[in-house]
Amino acid sequence: MNWIAIAVTFKLALLTAALLLIIGLPIAYWLTFSQWRWKFIVESVVALPLVLPPTVLGFYILVAIGPHSPVGRFYSDVVGHPLPFTFEGLLLASILYSLPFAVQPFAAAFDQVDRRLIEASWTLGASKLKTFFRLIVPLSTAGLITGAVLSFAHTLGEFGVVLMVGGNIEGETRTVSIDIYDEVQALNYAGAAKTALLLLVVSYGVLLLVYAMNRKVLAVWPQR
Amino acid sequence: MATALTVDCRKTFSGRFTTAARLGLPLDPPRVLILFGPSGSGKTTLLRCLAGLEWPEEGHIQFGSTTWVDASSNIRLSPQARRIGYMPQDYALFPTHTVAGNIEYGLSDLPAEARQARVRELIVLLQLQGLEQAKPAQLSGGQQQRVALARAIARRPQLLLLDEPLSALDAPTRAKLCRELRMLLTQLAIPAVVVTHDWAEALTLGDIIAVMSGGQVLQVGSPQEVFSRPATAEVAQIVGIETVVQGQVVANDNGLATVSVNGTMLKGLGTDVSGSAVYACIRAEDVLLEQAGSGVTSARNHLSGSVTEMRPQGLLVTVTVDCGFPLRAVITRGAREELGIETGSVVMAAIKAGAVHLVPRSIT
Repeated sequence: MNWIAIAVTFKLALLTAALLLIIGLPIAYWLTFSQWRWKFIVESVVALPLVLPPTVLGFYILVAIGPHSPVGRFYSDVVGHPLPFTFEGLLLASILYSLPFAVQPFAAAFDQVDRRLIEASWTLGASKLKTFFRLIVPLSTAGLITGAVLSFAHTLGEFGVVLMVGGNIEGETRTVSIDIYDEVQALNYAGAAKTALLLLVVSYGVLLLVYAMNRKVLAVWPQR
Repeated sequence: MATALTVDCRKTFSGRFTTAARLGLPLDPPRVLILFGPSGSGKTTLLRCLAGLEWPEEGHIQFGSTTWVDASSNIRLSPQARRIGYMPQDYALFPTHTVAGNIEYGLSDLPAEARQARVRELIVLLQLQGLEQAKPAQLSGGQQQRVALARAIARRPQLLLLDEPLSALDAPTRAKLCRELRMLLTQLAIPAVVVTHDWAEALTLGDIIAVMSGGQVLQVGSPQEVFSRPATAEVAQIVGIETVVQGQVVANDNGLATVSVNGTMLKGLGTDVSGSAVYACIRAEDVLLEQAGSGVTSARNHLSGSVTEMRPQGLLVTVTVDCGFPLRAVITRGAREELGIETGSVVMAAIKAGAVHLVPRSIT
């Protein structure tokens, strides 16, 4: 088994999930509570990676961060090397690719929070930010964990985006799914099988966790 | 400084429903204002405007020297900045917090020690000892209500807003907690606005009653005034004056007016009955029933008629007598048996003139 590829993959998935937990919360909060009438435009953009072919998404990200775009030039001016075909570039692509897997469960959880509780919190002098952290987040833990776990699992298995943006650099952007593809190309079925099994077990375990958690056996508030 | 809460605002929900309220509540000494009316009358909307949870699109709300809302100059004070104690109808206790955590929630400005002391004080005041670590779901309805009250008053608000504080409770608990709530409100000496649709609650809790219907404030006055002297027939209907009939004033002798209701003459008190068209309003409790042809009493009205309907309600029976108009009377079951009142039997109804309230009406 290619332990280097496995390490890169887990590092990528963990960082993606962690960063999405930070980036996804304000987006989900805004999507849930904004009264803006054109909100659906943003909702659609967030959901786009669900339907877009990963190669298409990867292509646009590649163009957007490449040396011919202002963003790409700015990055290489500041950091000293271009963004495509690096781990950082791959991380950025992964975050965009998994955005709906984090934001949608977050937003669904926020949406479940009774508005009257939020209003009660405001009348008790708690600001919107304080209400978010003291009331909305504790009431949404299952959704937050679901979103983080799903984006982690989704990143583990990504292929098209990695190929387009990351390339196939050992120890940097070579992930497990690409390693499996390479093994099969080299007719090393035994090597591919082991890695594939590992991914299967991890993905299944992660989903078990999500579904077990959402059974709500530990509901603290009986529905009236 | 005008030490009063004054409200004059209008709130429309996308064209379907408009609440337009104008009223004032003097803040010194602190009083309890009741918003009274049937469901859908705009009571809760008005309360939510006071809490800062709804924004009226016209008008202003002034609390003492502070402007809470002024639509014309775009002033909108947030609910956080109003220092109010708000208790919604279903209490909205935080399910993830314990009883102590709920009470403590609004006290984060205080240092930890003062916060703990205040929580202990409220636990004792509202008799919640032993329940500090319980979650709201483990509490009875009455306990939840007391936790919600404790949470609302914890920050020592300058105005308490209670939305149907007793409606989620069963009847016996409600009567008991209603008296307790009255004592608590007196003890706290915080001005309060209480929404209710129950007239017994309104009478028990209120110093001032504002009767609302269809989004309008119809009458503001003391409970006595509102219940025994409704300003309009609509108010009479809402506050539960059982007999409200149209009549014509045929004579007026220094405020003792004679009114013809479908040909039946009624004597009633109407000091400002200027026009000749009136509503005569009679509470069922004020009507005495006697056997036809019995002696003379001090009551000015003796109307004979036949019983058309009887509705038993617990120990009491509401009897409808047709004496030219349907007149409702409440008597005990015992009295009904003694008088042998059945549907169709002829009885005499006696009503003091003072119990016949004459309300001017416009002829349409």
